[in-house]
Amino acid sequence: MDFLTIIQILDSTIRLSTPLLLACLAGLFSERSGVFDIGLEGKMLIAAFFSAAIAAVTGSVWLGLLAGIASSMVLAGLHGLASITFRGNQLISGVAINFLAAGMTVLIAQDWFRQGGRTPSLIGAGRFAPIELPFAGALADVPVLGPIYSELLSGHSILVYFAFAAVPATWWILFRTRFGLRLRAVGENPAAVDTAGVSVVGLRYAAVGIAGILCGIAGAYLATALQAGFVKDMTAGRGFIALAALIFAKWRPWHAMGACLLFGFLQAIALRFQNIDLGGLIIPVQVMDALPYILTVVILAGFVGKAIPPRAGGEPYVKER
Amino acid sequence: MTLMKSLMSAAAAMALSAGAALAEPALIFDLGGKFDKSFNEAAFNGAQRWAEETGGSFREIELQSEAQREQALRRFAEAGANPVITMGFAMADPLSTVAPDYPDTKFVVIDVNWLDAPNLRQVSFAEHEGSYLVGMLAAMASETGTIGFIGGMDVPLIRHFGCGYAQGAKAVNEDIEIVANMTGTTPAAWNDPVKGSELTKAQISQGADVIYAAAGGTGVGVLQTAADEGVLSIGVDSNQNHLHPGQVLTSMLKRVDVAVYEAMKAGEDVETGKFELGLADQGVGYALDENNAELISEEMKSRVDQARQDIIDGKIDVVSYYENDSCPALNF
Repeated sequence: MDFLTIIQILDSTIRLSTPLLLACLAGLFSERSGVFDIGLEGKMLIAAFFSAAIAAVTGSVWLGLLAGIASSMVLAGLHGLASITFRGNQLISGVAINFLAAGMTVLIAQDWFRQGGRTPSLIGAGRFAPIELPFAGALADVPVLGPIYSELLSGHSILVYFAFAAVPATWWILFRTRFGLRLRAVGENPAAVDTAGVSVVGLRYAAVGIAGILCGIAGAYLATALQAGFVKDMTAGRGFIALAALIFAKWRPWHAMGACLLFGFLQAIALRFQNIDLGGLIIPVQVMDALPYILTVVILAGFVGKAIPPRAGGEPYVKER
Repeated sequence: MTLMKSLMSAAAAMALSAGAALAEPALIFDLGGKFDKSFNEAAFNGAQRWAEETGGSFREIELQSEAQREQALRRFAEAGANPVITMGFAMADPLSTVAPDYPDTKFVVIDVNWLDAPNLRQVSFAEHEGSYLVGMLAAMASETGTIGFIGGMDVPLIRHFGCGYAQGAKAVNEDIEIVANMTGTTPAAWNDPVKGSELTKAQISQGADVIYAAAGGTGVGVLQTAADEGVLSIGVDSNQNHLHPGQVLTSMLKRVDVAVYEAMKAGEDVETGKFELGLADQGVGYALDENNAELISEEMKSRVDQARQDIIDGKIDVVSYYENDSCPALNF
């Protein structure tokens, strides 16, 4: 395996990790506030559709991005309404959102575009163009560092840079601001937060709303940056891999980035080499595909430290009994 | 009581006769979905053509999960639909249990040829022959001497495609390098354009400059990325040349629409048995239209047409992957 191949695999890793990372951070906010969110997949899917649809109609990818975020926020609001205001079961609400998005996107797409549940192909300003970092062309010939800078770091869409910038931002918000402290507290012990005179419901809605924004960006990235349009079920389980990454990272932002990069890397390897030959031992591609889930189970089983979810996660808060 | 009984039987008889008079054909789409721009859409086009020509109507369902297969078959058979047309190899198992229960209903299944039931019409295609032709075109269009193949779900049928493709390419250029990848091992592999894109990029970085996608909805991502990166791609099942005019070399046509159209036209009297549609019956072929006219030179066309004739005449033997579950020209 030569140097250029490694660069290409890492490049692919970054592209594949980005939607996982955005969805994983979305889950992080929501679950840290005590609201389990298995509707990440559905929110990404609906955002993928609306971003592609609006970008196709208006010709502007930025309007598409806004529409994607808005649609994802609507579903997030629905999840909040069901699980915070009406104290319903958060898992069931999440499942419902996944099904709702899977059915509704195809239905609306068929009604609007008559292309069989997909959007027209996006062209020109309807897609996020890759961004060339400054001096990427000039530095390309520098040995080792040149290719790393010009191939690996440069040439991604703006959403990729946003996703990686969101990691320190998330860490800062959660661990260095008053809002973050309260958010974490509401996921551990909502009664204490309530006693301090802070609105539990308000905080949880805020967290679910942030999750909606991040899922919206993740979906828009899939449909308007990686692809040029929406295709039925195009998230293909990435919301669930993001959830697995969240558990793998034990609900911590920097670790979430590590987990998403690892899972993205595994996918990139699986896509590049069908069967990996390790000196006589052949690892079939299916093993690589299943590895994220296997690793998560290993973590959950407590082999590599314990993964303890936020203590109040999954329970609706009742003020007085 | 007796009155009740006779009333009931009269009602039942009426329901039965109503069913017989209205014996509409039914069409069951596979998980890829009715508008996959490929396999299922071809079936829909065939049915649509029949409906427009005859003024008839047909029932249809898009399967959403594995569990619905048997249920859909029974519902249509009990509702009196005849023939019941099903798409895809995955219907083989449910059909083998359901078909004997409804001896008066004719079932048609596309892409299956190994079942045994008297009321079953099994239509398969010689995909390896059509793929052989597009493989030849790919090898002739390639400048790097490396071509790619991207399959959907890793099943024998898709390997069958890839195997014919590799043989055709090797017939043109003995030393050609063929990079083959499968998208996945679950039905989700039919609808994952993002993975299709990444596979395409990976193959391009390995030098491939013509890439054949036999992957349903995933193929949309393959064709898109190939067009973005400036290499050629080859579509599958339906004619996909129009998706990116001038950048799709050709499409391997599988005339599922003809098979469905013929079955609907024959109606309840559709002939049962096993049928394989190959080059000779125009069941498979390659697409040539105004979108790719500039990509296919006269010389390429005449060579492929010659090979086509040779296959029909039996002078070229394209080895089927099914014969011994392996491919002489390609290692998966």
